[in-house]
Amino acid sequence: MSTLTTVDDATAPQTRVDGSFGGKSSGRAFKDQLARVVMWTAFFVALIPLVWILAATFVKGGRMLLDIDWWTVSQSGITARREGGGAVHAIQGTLIQAGVTALISVPIGVLTAVYLVEYGRGRLAKAVSFMVDILTGIPSIVAGLFIYALWVTTFNFQRVGFAVCLALTMLMIPTVVRSTEEMLKLVPNELREASYALGVPKWKTIMKVVVPTAFSGIVTGILLGLARVMGETAPLIILGPYTPVIATNLFDGLMPTLPTMIYQNYPESLQPSVDRTWGAALTLILIIFILNLLGRFIGRFSKVRS
Amino acid sequence: MAKRIDVKDLDIYYGDFKAVEGVSLTVEPRSVTAFIGPSGCGKSTVLRTLNRMHEVIPGGRVDGTISLDDQDLYASSMDPVAVRRTVGMVFQRPNPFPTMSIRDNVAAGLKLNGVKNKKQLDEVVEKSLKGANLWNEVKDRLDKPGAGLSGGQQQRLCIARAIAVDPQVLLMDEPCSALDPISTLAIEDLINELKSKYTVVIVTHNMQQAARVSDQTAFFNLKATGQPGRLVEVDDTQKIFSNPTEQATEDYISGRFG
Repeated sequence: MSTLTTVDDATAPQTRVDGSFGGKSSGRAFKDQLARVVMWTAFFVALIPLVWILAATFVKGGRMLLDIDWWTVSQSGITARREGGGAVHAIQGTLIQAGVTALISVPIGVLTAVYLVEYGRGRLAKAVSFMVDILTGIPSIVAGLFIYALWVTTFNFQRVGFAVCLALTMLMIPTVVRSTEEMLKLVPNELREASYALGVPKWKTIMKVVVPTAFSGIVTGILLGLARVMGETAPLIILGPYTPVIATNLFDGLMPTLPTMIYQNYPESLQPSVDRTWGAALTLILIIFILNLLGRFIGRFSKVRS
Repeated sequence: MAKRIDVKDLDIYYGDFKAVEGVSLTVEPRSVTAFIGPSGCGKSTVLRTLNRMHEVIPGGRVDGTISLDDQDLYASSMDPVAVRRTVGMVFQRPNPFPTMSIRDNVAAGLKLNGVKNKKQLDEVVEKSLKGANLWNEVKDRLDKPGAGLSGGQQQRLCIARAIAVDPQVLLMDEPCSALDPISTLAIEDLINELKSKYTVVIVTHNMQQAARVSDQTAFFNLKATGQPGRLVEVDDTQKIFSNPTEQATEDYISGRFG
């Protein structure tokens, strides 16, 4: 009995002289209660700004989204004073740029992760991993400036949508590498060994066993990374200023996006501009929300079955 | 079908670390050889060198020769992938592919190596599952996930997967250690049947199991703590368990040690 009560703590259960135990320690109950209160308080404090933002955006921007024009026409020919017009030009721009960014980033990011997890040994792998870490920490405005220096200053090209995609790619690749890496590491080594033991070569083991097992996690990671990149504004201000007309050519002219539409409209004091700011903000939140839902849905609809 | 394995003066290294030293033994075709010995003595390591699976671990290499019917497994012209197609392996913990159905798990070895003919695949799946005594239990749910079976069934599924590629030799690394006694019995019965077609090498911690299923038993031990593992004695199972030559073997088997 005595060996059980070596805990040197006033809150430890008291062993009585007759060897029986039980009874509540008021000290421990108090600490428990205190910790509970602190946790719940922290939770609600964290929730306040989140709910506030969502509520404010819905209240002030919801009206704009109910107008069919919002989804069908651009702001072409509409001045800051006038009401009306839509956001289809910005929505299109955001979706096109996000799509192309994903198209470039996903293969590079996923293959880098496959290299790091399945092949990477020694110095090169360490260097790659270190570079990815550095890329993860690059502020988005620096990515924008870098592409500006390359695209505009060095090559003398015009600022076009594709330049924005390049800057966003720099931000998306490291997040894709990291999330894919984590997912590939979760695949048990036994599965790789089982495949090798069947005489399956390594590359086929990766393609047909490892990646399919991690597939849903990889897709979820990609979609979450994409959602983040969509809200990115700093590189867009530098490389893709706002224009109120529809532009779908990535290589010709400026391409409007939702973040730049917000950036363009918020300094205006006129009510139509204020409305457009909130409307664009809510639209962006909705698109990212849908992407997140999609990520979760695919995560649930996994190929791994049991 | 089955082939003889000859191991001569085998040393196994992981990087600079010498894990096993001086192993020589012969495994006859269509027989079961059991590797016994305390944990960490290198039985699994030796087993994994028989199909070059130890090379999966960085730095793993061997000195000495292992040949399969006079064909050197470590000849420079020998592709490890080809070795593993000839020498199949079943692992300690059942590891069916979680993304695949029961049918696809069994067919995995063929499918991943490019066999597409559905009729041929179906035949192999049925034959292999029958060979692993699993057919009657799963024939109505071949499209269900392999990970949904019980532990013992999963292990038999893994055996079916291993024999589906038609190997010459079957290696088993403690195949029953994660299973209950009933499933263990099922696997042991299966090993007895597999013996008629394949050369089987099994690592086990269960000495009764070694006595029950094997024709030949090899006892491994560490030379001393921190020293490489070595083969103490290999002989007919009957002899090892009744009248071993080495004192160390007798101590281990009678439970006075380890």
